[in-house]
Amino acid sequence: MFEIGLSHYLIVAAILFTLGVFGIFLNRKNVIIIMMSIELMLLAVNLNFVAFSSYLNDLVGQVFTMFILTVAAAEAAIGLAILVVFFRNRGTIAVEEISQLKG
Amino acid sequence: MTESLDLIPVLPELLVVLAAMALLMLGVFRKGEGTASTTTLAVLVLIGAMLLTWAVGGSERALTFGGLFVLDPFSVFTKVLLLAASAITAAMSLNFLEKEKLGRFEYPILILLATLGMMMMVSANDFLALYLGLEIQSLSLYVLAAYHRDSTKATESGLKYYVLGSLASGMLLYGVSLVYGFSGTTSFDALAKLFGGEHAVHPHLGFIAGLVFVLAGLAFKISAAPFHMWTPDVYEGAPTPVTSFFAVAPKIAAMALLVRVMTGPFGELSDQWRQVIAFIALGSMFVGSFAAIAQNNIKRLMAYSSIGHVGFMLVGVAAGSADGIQGVLIYLAIYLSMNVGVFAVILSMRQKGRMVEGVDDLAGLGKTNPAMAAAMAVLMFSMAGIPPMAGFIGKFYVFKAAVDAGLYTLAIIGVVTSVVSAYYYLRIIKVMYFDEAVESLDRSGSKALGLVLAAATIVNIVFIAIPGPLLNSAKAAALVLFPAAG
Repeated sequence: MFEIGLSHYLIVAAILFTLGVFGIFLNRKNVIIIMMSIELMLLAVNLNFVAFSSYLNDLVGQVFTMFILTVAAAEAAIGLAILVVFFRNRGTIAVEEISQLKG
Repeated sequence: MTESLDLIPVLPELLVVLAAMALLMLGVFRKGEGTASTTTLAVLVLIGAMLLTWAVGGSERALTFGGLFVLDPFSVFTKVLLLAASAITAAMSLNFLEKEKLGRFEYPILILLATLGMMMMVSANDFLALYLGLEIQSLSLYVLAAYHRDSTKATESGLKYYVLGSLASGMLLYGVSLVYGFSGTTSFDALAKLFGGEHAVHPHLGFIAGLVFVLAGLAFKISAAPFHMWTPDVYEGAPTPVTSFFAVAPKIAAMALLVRVMTGPFGELSDQWRQVIAFIALGSMFVGSFAAIAQNNIKRLMAYSSIGHVGFMLVGVAAGSADGIQGVLIYLAIYLSMNVGVFAVILSMRQKGRMVEGVDDLAGLGKTNPAMAAAMAVLMFSMAGIPPMAGFIGKFYVFKAAVDAGLYTLAIIGVVTSVVSAYYYLRIIKVMYFDEAVESLDRSGSKALGLVLAAATIVNIVFIAIPGPLLNSAKAAALVLFPAAG
C-alpha cells in the first residue's frame, strides 16, 4: 500500500520554495507576483515545519508556524503599503520600471 | 518545574517598547506637527536603555522566557554599541528632517522599534527568538527606507529592500526548518550540546543544507557579497539620516547575530561553515574595494565601503577563535565611530540650502571649511586603516586572528584589498584639498552634527593611546561564546 511519508512533504515544500525563489527572479511583469512568490516561500517553510513537527512528535514546529503566519501577514501589509506609495509616485508597478537606482 | 518569569534581563527591551508605544500615543494626540520633541525623547530613551543594559548585565549568563532570551557580556557589549549607534544617528537626523520637511513623529518611533528588534536579535538564544527579533527590525527598516514617501528614489529603495529582505527571511526560515527537522530542536543551547561533548552526533546532510540556508539569510542581512546587491540602491535611495542609521545599527546587530549563531549552535561544526564564511569574506572584500572605485555618489560609496568592512569583520569570524571574535567586536566599535563621523559630514553637505551627495561637491572643502575637512580626512585615513588611526587597530586584530588560525591566504588578500580600498578614501581627501570648488558648501550644519563629528574624530585619533577599556570588554564579551577556552 502506498503511503505518504515525511519525504513526500519535504519534496513538495522544496518544490514550492524553489517556485517562490524563481518567481521572484524570473518574473518581469509585476510586483504583486513577487509578493505572491514571497508568500509561497513562507508557506513552503510552514509545510516543512508542520511535517517535521508531526514526524518528530514535537510541538515547537507548529508554534513556529503560527509565528511565521502572523509575521507574514504583517510583512505583506507593509509590502503593500510601500507598493502603494511607489505607485503614487511612478504610476506603475511593472518590474522593469523599478530602475532609477543603479550603478 | 514552576518558575516565575524573570523580567530583570529584559528591562532595557521593556523600556524601549513601552517608550515606543507611549511616544506613539503622544504623537497621535498632540496637536501640531514637528518631530523635535519626540526625537529628543526617543534619544533620551535610547540612552536610558543603554545605561540600563549596563546596569542589568553582569558577568553571569542570565536566561529568561524559557531559555529563548539570553543576557551575557556578549549581548551587553553589542547592545550598548547598537543603542549608542541608534541614539547618535537619531540625534543627527533631527536637523535634516526639519530642513527637508520630513519631520513627522513616526520617525523616532520607527527607530525605537527597529532598535528593539536589534536588541532581541543579539539576545536571541533560540531560532524562534532570532526570527522574531529579525522581523521586528526588518519590518521597521522597510518602512524607514521608504520614509520619504513623495520621493521616487526613496520609495523605490524601500520596495527593493522589502523584496530582497523578505527573500532573505524566507531563505533563513527554510534553513531553520531544515535545522529543526534534522535535529529536533531550535534551541541554541540544545543544538550546541548535540554536536559537542562525548555523545556528539554527526550532522545529517539535510542539517548542513539548513546551516547553509541560515548562513545565506544572515549574509543578506549584513550585506555581504554575493548577497549585497540591495545595499547600494537602498543606501542611495533612502533619506540620508536613514542611511546613516542603516550603516551602523543594523550592521552591528546582524553581525553580532551571525557571530552568536556560528559560535553557539553551530560552534562544533566550524569545519563545515569556515569555508563558506571565508568565501563570503573574500567576495565582500573584493566587491567593497573594487566596485567602490567608480562611484561618485558618496552614499553609494559608503555602501560599498560598508560591504568591504563587513568582509574584513568576516575574516575574524572565519578564524572562529575567541581572538577572532574579539577582533570582530573591536572592529564593530571602531566602525561605529568612523561611520557616524562620516555621516555627520554627509548630512551637513548642502549647497544653497539644497542637499548634495556627489563626491565632487566636497571640492575645495579644505579652504572653505578647514575644520570639517580635517575631521573628514582623519576619518578617511581611519577607514583606510592607516596607523595611528583607530581603523588600523580594528583591521590589525581581525587579520592577526586569521593568521593565528592559519588562514594566511585570507589575511593576505584582506590586506591587499584594504590597500585597494585606500584609493577611494584617499581620493576624497584629494578632492577636498586639491580640487577647486565650483560651488562651495554651505557652512550651516547643526550643533549636534558638529558635536558628533568632533567626538568621532577625537575617538579615532586618541583610540591608539587608550585602547585598554574597549579591548578588555571585547575580550570578556568574546570569551563568553567560548566556555571551553575561558
